[in-house]
Amino acid sequence: MTVAVLGINWQTLADAVGLGAIYALMAVGIGLVFGVLRLVNFAYGQLVMAGAYALAFASERGWPVSVGIPLCFGVVLLLSLLMDRVVFRPLRGQSPAVMLVATFAVAFLLQSIALLWFGPLGKIAASLATLNQPVTISGVDIRKIAIVATVLAAFCLLVLVLLLERTRVGLHMRAAAMDFRTAELLGVRAGRVIGAAVLISGLLAAVVAVMLTVQTPLVTPDFALRDTILVLAGVVLGGMNRLVSATLGGFAIGFASGLLGGALPTNQSQYLPTFLFAAVILVLVIRPGGLFTREGQQAVERV
Amino acid sequence: MTGPLGIPALAVDGLEVRHGAVTAVRGLSLQVRRGEIVGLIGPNGAGKSSTLHAIMGAVRPAGGDVRVDGISVVGRRPEDVARRGVALVPEGRRIFAELTVEENLLLGLAGRRRREGVAEDTRRVFDLFPVVEEARRRKAGTLSGGQQQQLAIARALVADPEVLLLDEPSLGLAPRVVDLVFEALGAIRDRGLAILLVEQRAQRTVAFADRSHVLSQGQLRLTLGPESAGDTDALVSAYLA
Repeated sequence: MTVAVLGINWQTLADAVGLGAIYALMAVGIGLVFGVLRLVNFAYGQLVMAGAYALAFASERGWPVSVGIPLCFGVVLLLSLLMDRVVFRPLRGQSPAVMLVATFAVAFLLQSIALLWFGPLGKIAASLATLNQPVTISGVDIRKIAIVATVLAAFCLLVLVLLLERTRVGLHMRAAAMDFRTAELLGVRAGRVIGAAVLISGLLAAVVAVMLTVQTPLVTPDFALRDTILVLAGVVLGGMNRLVSATLGGFAIGFASGLLGGALPTNQSQYLPTFLFAAVILVLVIRPGGLFTREGQQAVERV
Repeated sequence: MTGPLGIPALAVDGLEVRHGAVTAVRGLSLQVRRGEIVGLIGPNGAGKSSTLHAIMGAVRPAGGDVRVDGISVVGRRPEDVARRGVALVPEGRRIFAELTVEENLLLGLAGRRRREGVAEDTRRVFDLFPVVEEARRRKAGTLSGGQQQQLAIARALVADPEVLLLDEPSLGLAPRVVDLVFEALGAIRDRGLAILLVEQRAQRTVAFADRSHVLSQGQLRLTLGPESAGDTDALVSAYLA
């Protein structure tokens, strides 16, 4: 069963939705921290990489998933909190350029550490490989991971929305993202708000690590690097300033990436990023504020 | 009315504030007791806002002391000063336009020292500003300027503060709304709050406040009681000092 256009079939479509869902989670992780710290965390992909190595570490020792996944979460959360304490907080209030370069440095540092500790060849995280097998739904074969990723991402986003809309810390986070200075003057605890954003962002990175190792079981030091760059492009594409638009941007770029990846002949798939980034540039020329922002809204809020 | 041992709710002592090479406030001292409104007036750039920011801890003073209930708050972060019972109604209101009026008020609760009495305090604030209660479910950005100013004061009051700082609350408001705001401030004072009111409307403030300090180029030039509201000459010469 095939959708006529470009030879895209239902399988490709499902995979594209799955990838979009994972990228949407990454976009939220990056967007949350940007909201409260005005910091684009370029090292977000390396958090995912660290989680992937934790899964590979567990997998190579034959440890069950019930150990591997908590280990992944533990490593990613620890690293997030460390990043927050050592880099984010001391640099809080610095110019965006300083903070961006600092997160670049962290990204390369973590990548180099991975290279030193685990070597360039990579490790295999195979514990969840069975999720790559297809299930047949009304005659269409769909990989389980595409379904799991979509459902899991939807669940995570729902929980996040409830947290942001219905809880006190959620309200404080939203207020801090809009006007941190005023929020602090009202007595909102800056440390708690930033801590919550970093923690949630880390949790999402761990979820992404689990999902991505299913798609790409070979974990190398540049694991998730390409994904992060694409997600960052997606976030800018969607509109950095709002979590919703950033998330939609992340989903859009993941979806487009999955779709193009399926549509392009295998020998031309190396052109995929070229197409995507050309599309991003085109969109930004037409709508500099982002694809999913309302008309007249500023691209970057006053800090 | 004074607190235990007659300690003023807010005491500023020899305050110095610098922004880089520029000295915004030089050796300012003032006190506000409970049930008292103290006005702080003066031309643009006199250091009025800088004084409020230094009290809140938003800028670190270069010298001097700020005491709330006799306890120094210098070097504390704004969130801590707020939690000591100091609430600021900032210049330009600083309402969260995309949040509802209710959410704005909930944010005001962040600075509360005690958990009890939220319902009663909110009730009293609504009685003072019925417009705010009526607009509860609306996005704060859809409110008129006057309504937003009332929300800003309401947001500060639900924190149940002891000291209320206001930075030009009448700026850009229609005369009718200005009357309303001043009337509300009078009622708030009568409840025993200590109010420090920064204003551009010099004469009105002098007539209204228990005493008013004239600040010019960062220095206290003159202190006037309500009886000198008609004394324009003194005011003008202090402004030009």
